[in-house]
Amino acid sequence: MALQMQPGTRPDPGDAPGQAAVPRARKNSFSALLSRRPGLRLAGLLTAPAGWLILVYVAALAALLITALWTVDTFTGKVSTTWSFENIIQVLTDPVYQVITLRTIWIALAVTVIDMVVAIPIAFFIAKVATAKWQKILVVAVLMPLWASYLVKAYAWRNVLAEGGLLEWLGAPIGASSPGYSETAVILTLAYIWLPYMILPIHAGFEKVPDSLLEASSDLGAKPLKTMRLVMLPILVPSIIAGTIFTFSLSLGDYITAQIVGGKTQMLGTVVYANVGAANNLPFASAVSLIPIVIIMIYLFVVRRTGALNNL
Amino acid sequence: MSASTSPAAGSTAGDAGQAVPAIRLRNLTKSFGAKGFNETKAVDGVDLDIRQGEFFSMLGPSGSGKTTVLRLIAGFELPTSGTIELEGHDVSGKAPFQRDVNTVFQDYALFPHMSLVDNVAYGLRVRGMGKAERRERAVEALERVQLGKFMARRPAQLSGGQRQRVALARALVVEPKVLLLDEPLGALDLKLRQQMQIELKELQRSLGITFIFVTHDQEEALTMSDRIGVFNNGKLAQIGTAHEIYQRPTGAFVANFVGTSNLFGQDVATRLYNRGSQFVLRPERLTVHWEGQGATHDGATSLRGAVTSLVYVGHATQVRVALEDGPAVVVLVDNDLPEGDALVGRNVAVSWADHDAVWLPDAA
Repeated sequence: MALQMQPGTRPDPGDAPGQAAVPRARKNSFSALLSRRPGLRLAGLLTAPAGWLILVYVAALAALLITALWTVDTFTGKVSTTWSFENIIQVLTDPVYQVITLRTIWIALAVTVIDMVVAIPIAFFIAKVATAKWQKILVVAVLMPLWASYLVKAYAWRNVLAEGGLLEWLGAPIGASSPGYSETAVILTLAYIWLPYMILPIHAGFEKVPDSLLEASSDLGAKPLKTMRLVMLPILVPSIIAGTIFTFSLSLGDYITAQIVGGKTQMLGTVVYANVGAANNLPFASAVSLIPIVIIMIYLFVVRRTGALNNL
Repeated sequence: MSASTSPAAGSTAGDAGQAVPAIRLRNLTKSFGAKGFNETKAVDGVDLDIRQGEFFSMLGPSGSGKTTVLRLIAGFELPTSGTIELEGHDVSGKAPFQRDVNTVFQDYALFPHMSLVDNVAYGLRVRGMGKAERRERAVEALERVQLGKFMARRPAQLSGGQRQRVALARALVVEPKVLLLDEPLGALDLKLRQQMQIELKELQRSLGITFIFVTHDQEEALTMSDRIGVFNNGKLAQIGTAHEIYQRPTGAFVANFVGTSNLFGQDVATRLYNRGSQFVLRPERLTVHWEGQGATHDGATSLRGAVTSLVYVGHATQVRVALEDGPAVVVLVDNDLPEGDALVGRNVAVSWADHDAVWLPDAA
């Protein structure tokens, strides 16, 4: 009502003391220019990040590919820049590397499946069961392990898995034993370390499903498990795949965990590490590192139609 | 879907002669928040019987508890205390999928990953009906809401009004005993809303299913319903037919919420009628005398006042008059007022027939 005034009684803005006129936007010819020229605006926004992207990502990847085509003189240790497919052929055909590649894929797959099975109920609980206050607390709790150093977590697991460690002590009453430092240990540790990367996209996916959809399903006669299978999961598939892209690719390139809890377990990452360090064979390391890149590219190509890439 | 009302289920618990109500609520209460600590009673001791085959509207402002009552009947919320009976059977503690009621949601809640025909067939699918039969029934239901040709589309490819029809078809295809509608027309534009109001009413009449319709739009409630329950602060303020609610409101809240009311206080009532309670007069029952001479015949009362504003509403004009010895009132004048805004400030008389005054109980 205060805003209603009789016509003709509009007060002079200078009249009322202490009631200054609402300030008008100041003239700014640069902003006005940008507003008129969307092309200029876009250029201003994108030049720096695009330059960075080309330099850091594309150029680095190209350098990797080129390096893989070089060779190292085994006698002098010098890199020879003559082109050759020798490294790539060896990586692809040598049974040792074939086994390591398959093992790495198996570990990454196992980690992904474990994380998926663990993350879906946790994400469901956080997004749909917990109260608003607990939701925030739980999201922070999921994120918290990411604040600690990767090394700290890997070494913590080394203690847990050690002879006489926590796992052995827990397993003793039921006759189970610790897997020791092995492939299984690598899978367990990686599954733990990458779990938040699976929970967060699935949680975001659950958040996007309106409660009314679940109510509608129940209303139409579906019991909770059917609602989960027929309504929840199909809507969540892109989010779950987004999570698998994280856990799968992060596991595929890992070498630290394999070294700390893996015992003698060799993964592609450890081969790269050994060739960069001890063997000083950068071209061969590059050739090995191309394998996970190709695998991830194939994976992304396969899942691109599900809409998962929009949920990362 | 046939127009049967499934008498078998109704007669099992029928008391002698008396028809079992479709829904019976007894002392229904729902509190949110911790007990004793920021506890709010969304629904507070509601008793209500909804008859078989009735179009019942629950009307009230937002936060009045009408939607919570609907969600309690559907089973999405469980009551803090009190009972809900569906055709004589207590369903108070049962899960939504155990209750023979279905809901049309405010946001329609269509499954985005399914085609229309799969959406409509969903209820039949989860009840274990075979693929061919459920598909046939779903197509039939979609055709009934004039969407047969869109059955392969996804909900995202439809307009709001079309989604509304799909939601209706999906809820009706499972042949519920009671259909619950939670402000289903709220998101539609006026023309479409009016059209859907008529279609819903006709559908309800032809199916004979009990409809419980939640709305905050009093006009919608008045045009569609057999009976209306007006909610205020979690309580039922009045239950009655549209005519009763509009013509004989039992309190100031109902009088003000349903339609426009001119409320006269106890002081005016005492002065004019020597009676110490409030009364209301509908704008269309008042007459403006532009020359300032009030009615003089028996059974009529008039008061002087000054015109403060005119609002043209298309079919009529609302004239606001500040009465000298009474409240500011709104009068609905249906003839053209060529003088327009020049009338503002004029001294006029407002009169009404005494029998048009609706007396409110003192408690209000």
